[in-house]
Amino acid sequence: MLLQVRNLRCGYGSLEIVKGVSLHVDAGEIVTLLGANGAGKTSLLRAIAGLLPIWSGDIRVNLRSVVGEPPWTRISHAMMLVPEGRQLFGDMTVWENLLLGGYHNLDRKRAIEDVYERFPHLKGRLRQLAGTLSGGEQQMLALGRALVARPRLLLLDEPSLGLAPLMVREVFNCIKRLKEDGVTVFLVEQNAVAALEIADRAYVMETGEIILEGEAADLVTNPEVRRAYLGKGYKEIWE
Amino acid sequence: MYAIVAIGFNIIYSATGVLNFAQGEFVMLGGMVAITLASFLPVPVAVAVAVAIVTLFGCGLELVFFRRLRSHSILHMIIITIGLSIVIQELALHVWDEKVRSLPYFTGNEASSVKLLGAALSPQVIWVLGTAAIVVVLLQLFYKRTLYGRAMRACSSNLEAAMLVGINAGNMRTAAFGLSAGLGALAGCVISPISMTHYEMGPGLAIKGFAAAILGGLGNPMAAVVGGLTVGLIEAFSVSVIPSAFKDVAAFAILLAMLFLRPHGLFGRPSGVSVREV
Repeated sequence: MLLQVRNLRCGYGSLEIVKGVSLHVDAGEIVTLLGANGAGKTSLLRAIAGLLPIWSGDIRVNLRSVVGEPPWTRISHAMMLVPEGRQLFGDMTVWENLLLGGYHNLDRKRAIEDVYERFPHLKGRLRQLAGTLSGGEQQMLALGRALVARPRLLLLDEPSLGLAPLMVREVFNCIKRLKEDGVTVFLVEQNAVAALEIADRAYVMETGEIILEGEAADLVTNPEVRRAYLGKGYKEIWE
Repeated sequence: MYAIVAIGFNIIYSATGVLNFAQGEFVMLGGMVAITLASFLPVPVAVAVAVAIVTLFGCGLELVFFRRLRSHSILHMIIITIGLSIVIQELALHVWDEKVRSLPYFTGNEASSVKLLGAALSPQVIWVLGTAAIVVVLLQLFYKRTLYGRAMRACSSNLEAAMLVGINAGNMRTAAFGLSAGLGALAGCVISPISMTHYEMGPGLAIKGFAAAILGGLGNPMAAVVGGLTVGLIEAFSVSVIPSAFKDVAAFAILLAMLFLRPHGLFGRPSGVSVREV
């Protein structure tokens, strides 16, 4: 088990957002976490990445508990979060963003070359400020920056958010390729259709709790999931 | 000399988003420590040791007063720096006393002058300008060319993202405090022969340095230098228009005018207006 979360509770102030979540991600999998806005998905990811202090429960990466460690040590467990909204260093160049992604990777030159191969588009824009890229390019750069650190476990928060449909497909193709390259992916998405298509397993989160889990293929046909997250139930009713 | 104080503001501001109102105290401490050491050490050694001591002092301040803070809210940290400024002044009053002191001129003496483009300058002025120039160039190289400098910029650009890529934000803050304390101390040493060192000099310098930093735009050492020189010049020229007792008014007027009209500085770009992607 690469990532194991047990009975995790956390929140902001006295407001409990994540109410006892347990889940796990095995090496080599793509696992997706679905749920509506405000279900607590992003808070859960922030807690796993160490950005949000947890109230109780346990987070283990490679069977070692990382609870209480500051966020900057997560990369020593080969874990990297690509946060919601890209969070690039907007006033720095594309190249500097990639370089800083490899802050702890002494072999960063080679890792950056690999990112060029994966996203040839970025190579022509190395000297451009990251904040001036288009939304799709920014997502590529956010992914690229994370990959320069050569993580084994990649946490992705809404990578398709705000992207044009064509870009969304490209991002999901890229995630599939990551799996082939041996990177384990924990994907938080609202775009349930696309996420279930590439995922091995899925969890569904509602108001801070996991209400469903299973093989992605099974969840696609689950009427509950279809009604709530795929929007197909409504279509059938109206047709 | 406002320029170097302004640079000090910039360093901590760029790494942490905090305005360090104890920046003027670093300048005062640098001068005081160097003067004390100069009584038994040669001046260059005294200056070097003073800069080293104040650098460590700056790091220590961060470790003691900021590292353990539960919330690193900007406002909390700014208020702490104001408190530190007062405490350091009182300590300085006890350790030294209220006498005005100064280091000897680095080269020549009060009477000597250097002819430059028809103007007669005290050699110490050249020391000040030269130091400021070298500091700016080195800082630019540090920020733009080294991994560590880029990591410091990353912390100001997006602190969470910086922590996610594995930058130890706590250590960066310590380094920023040390660096700006050291530079402040260096400034305190080179200006000491001209403008003297006094336990109470800090707040005045801090406010004027702040005016310079705001004038240039926070977050850019080059702009800070231009801002510093401008504040100095305006202050000097104001004497010919208004009574010299009102000299300080000029700096505060600039500060207020800038905050009202162009809070992002002459060279800065407005922040907070970022382009959202399509």
